[in-house]
Amino acid sequence: MIRSTFLATAALALLAGPAPAQSDDRLDVVAQFEIQAPEPSTSGYIFTRMGIAETLVNADAEGHLIPGLATDWAVSEDGLTWTFTLRDGVRFHDGTAMTADTVVNALEIARGKPGPLADLPITGIAPGEGAITVTLSEPLAALPAYLAEFRSQILAPASYGPDGAGVEIIGTGPYRITAMAPPLSLDATAFADYWGPPPHIADVGYSGVSRVETRALMAESGEADFVFGLDPASVSRLGMLDSVEVLSVPISRTLLIKLNATHPFLAQPEARRALSLAIDRAGIARAVLRYPEGATQLFPPAVAGWHDDALSPLGHDVGEARALLAGLGWQEGSDGILVRDGKRFALTLTTYPDRPELPLVAAVLEQQFRAIGVELTINSTNSSEIPAGHQNGTLELALLARNFSLIPDPIGTVLSDYVGNGDWGAMNWRNADFAALVRGIARGVGGDRERAGAAAILQAELPVIPIAWYRQTLAVSDRVEGATIDPFERSFGLQYMRWAE
Amino acid sequence: MSALASRLVQAIMVALLIGAATFAMMRSLPGDAAWRIAAGRYGYDNVDAAAADAVRAELGLGGPALPALLQWLGDLARLDFGTSLVTGRPVAAEIAHQLGASASLALVAVLLSLLIGPPLGILAGLRPGGPLDRGLLVASTGLKAVPQFLMALVLIVALAVQLRWLPAAGHGTARHFILPGLTLALGLAAVNARIARDAMARIAAMPFWRFAQWKGLSERQTLIRHGLRNVSVPLITYLGLQFVTLVEGVIIVESIFGWPGIGHALVHAIFSRDVPMVQGTALVLGLGFVVVNAAIDLAVRHLDPRVAA
Repeated sequence: MIRSTFLATAALALLAGPAPAQSDDRLDVVAQFEIQAPEPSTSGYIFTRMGIAETLVNADAEGHLIPGLATDWAVSEDGLTWTFTLRDGVRFHDGTAMTADTVVNALEIARGKPGPLADLPITGIAPGEGAITVTLSEPLAALPAYLAEFRSQILAPASYGPDGAGVEIIGTGPYRITAMAPPLSLDATAFADYWGPPPHIADVGYSGVSRVETRALMAESGEADFVFGLDPASVSRLGMLDSVEVLSVPISRTLLIKLNATHPFLAQPEARRALSLAIDRAGIARAVLRYPEGATQLFPPAVAGWHDDALSPLGHDVGEARALLAGLGWQEGSDGILVRDGKRFALTLTTYPDRPELPLVAAVLEQQFRAIGVELTINSTNSSEIPAGHQNGTLELALLARNFSLIPDPIGTVLSDYVGNGDWGAMNWRNADFAALVRGIARGVGGDRERAGAAAILQAELPVIPIAWYRQTLAVSDRVEGATIDPFERSFGLQYMRWAE
Repeated sequence: MSALASRLVQAIMVALLIGAATFAMMRSLPGDAAWRIAAGRYGYDNVDAAAADAVRAELGLGGPALPALLQWLGDLARLDFGTSLVTGRPVAAEIAHQLGASASLALVAVLLSLLIGPPLGILAGLRPGGPLDRGLLVASTGLKAVPQFLMALVLIVALAVQLRWLPAAGHGTARHFILPGLTLALGLAAVNARIARDAMARIAAMPFWRFAQWKGLSERQTLIRHGLRNVSVPLITYLGLQFVTLVEGVIIVESIFGWPGIGHALVHAIFSRDVPMVQGTALVLGLGFVVVNAAIDLAVRHLDPRVAA
C-alpha cells in the first residue's frame, strides 16, 4: 500500500515532468482584460484587438484615419451630412454579406447603449446604395474618428438579441471565434472569406490573466507568445532574456491629478500651480514608472497637433511652491502643515488599484506634497468613485490615467473632459476662450494653431496637473516575428504576425 | 437516514443565512451600486455618469431592501439564481462554468495532498522521534508557514520558468492543473501529514498493535490489516476542516494562475457589486461545505462502525 502510493506519486511526477514546453501552432495572446460577455459595448475592445470585429474607419500608427469597412467618406457643404461608402464583398463570419442595412443596424444598436456615439448630435443614420449617411444637428469634423472606436464595431444582425444586447460576436475580421469561455478565454481561427489579405498565423487564442506578475512569468516561460500590459519591473527582467523581445512605444495616455477647481483651497490658479511645482516628475517617472522623463505638459508627444514643443515645461521648485502658497495667505502650522483661517491644508486624493502604478505614485505624491506643507490622505478605491465624486461634488483630488485617443481624434476626449462636465477631466473649471477654441476645432474650423492655443490655456490654468506620459509595453516570444504595438490601443496586429523561420 | 435529514435542514438554514447575510453586507457597503456595476461592466476608461445612469435605469436599483431579499429567496426556492448584473448571463450558468473549474482543481489538490502527506506521516508515525519524523516536522511546519501566493510564485519560477517542465499559468489541458494543484496540495499535505503521523504514533503504541505483531504479523501486515483504517478516521474527519483552507487557497491560487474558477468570480463580483453573483457563489460554497461534511460523516460511519452505534 505504502509502496504503491509512492509509486503513484512518482508516476505522477514523471507524467508531469518530461512533457515538452509549449510546442503547438497556436499564437497565444495574454492580456489583463477579461471577457465579460459577447457584448460590443463592454468587451468590444477585446474583439477589435484580436482582429475579430472591425470598424468602418481605422487609424494608422500616427493616428491618421484610414479606410476600414468604409472605403471612403465625405461630408456635405454644411457639415451636417456624412456619407460613408461601404467596402464591397465583405462577409460576416456567418457567411452573410455586409450591407448598408446591417451597418445601420449595428450603429443604431451601438448608439442606444452608453458610449461616445450616444452623446453625438446625430439625428439619423440611413442606408443608401452601397453607403450609409449620417445626419447631424451640428457640424462634427471628428465623426469618422468616433466610428473607429471599438463600440462602433460592425457585427452581423444575428449577433444581437431582440433587445439589442450582444449574444454572439459575428464580425468581419481576419479571425473568427471558434470557442469563447468568458471571462478568461477565447479561441479564433483565420476566416477564409476575409476581404483583406489572409493572416499568416491561422490559429490564435486569448487568455485574460489579471495579475501582471503571472503575465510576465508566462512570457518568461514561453507559455504565451504575445503578452500585453507589462509593469516596469517585469520589463527590466524580460529585457535580459534572449527568448523574448520587449516592445515599448509611447501612447497617448497621461498620468494626471484631477482636482476640484471650486474647492476653497484649489480655486486660485496659483494654488494649483504650487501643487504642480511640488511634484518631482522626473523622480516619479524614473523611480516608479522607470521612464526616462516625466510629463512637461498634458498632451503626450503621441497626441499629434495637441502636443506643443514650444510650451514652457512644467517644473519642480519647492521654494516657489511655498512662496505661491504664502502669497495666498497660508502659514506653516506647528506640525509643518499649512494653515489658513484655522483650516489645515489637508486634502483627500482618490485613486484606484486597477492600474497598479497609481497607488504607488499616490504614496510618492503624499511625501512630495508634505514637503510644501500640504497633507494628503490617500483613498485607493473603486475607479467609479472618481466620476461619482465628480458628479456629487465631493471629490477633492484624484490620481488617474487618461487616454486621449480611445477615439483616435483626441478632440472627442478633450471636448467631453474639458468643455463638457467630463467625469474624468476638469472639475468645476470653465474657460470661455478654451471652450470656443475647442468647439471650433470640433466643428472643423481651426488647425494646429488653435490646438496649441487650447493646450497653452490648460498649461496656464492647470485644471488638471499632468505628471507622466505612459508607454505601452509588451513581450513577444522569439517564435513569432512582425509584432508591433498600436499606440492607439486598437489592435494587437495579429494578422500581420508570422512564425519565425 | 436521520443524519441525512438533519444535514438537509442544515443546508436550508445555511442557504437562508448566507442569502440574508450576503444581501445585508452588499447593501451596507459604501458607494453607489450603479456606479460600481458600471465600472465592472465598462472598465475605468469608460465608466461615466451616462453609463451609471444607464445601469440604474436598466436594473431599477435602489428599491427597498426587504422586497428585493424576499424576491431573491422566492426565486431561489424555484432554483432561479437570477442574472449577473455585470455580464447579463444567468448566475447559474456562470457558476456552473466556474464551479466546475474550481472543483476539478480542488479535487486534484486533495488527491495530490493525500498522495504526499499521509504516506510520509504514517512512515514517520511508525518510528516516532526518528530522522524522518523530525525531518517531516520541520518540513511541514515550513510548508504550512509559506503563504500560498509565495508558494505559487516559487513553484512557477522553479518548475515553469527555470526547468520549463510545466506551463506557468493558464488553463485548458491536464498539465495546467499541476502547478496550481501542487500549490494547494503542499499546504494541505503539510497538515495531513502531521495528522497521519500523530494518529499512527498513537495507534502503534496501543496494545492491539503489539498483540498483532506478537501473533506473528509483520509490521507491513499489521499496518495494512489494522493500521490504515484507524489512521484514516481522523484523516478523513480533518479533510472536512481542510475544505475551508481549500476555499481560501483557491481564491488566491486562481488569481495567480489565471484560473477561471469560483474564487476568481467571487472576488470580481464583490468588486463590481454584482449582488446576485455574490449571493450565488457564497451559497454554492456554503452548501458545498454542508455536502462535504455530510459525505465525510457517511465515510467515517462506514470506516468506524462505532460512531454509528
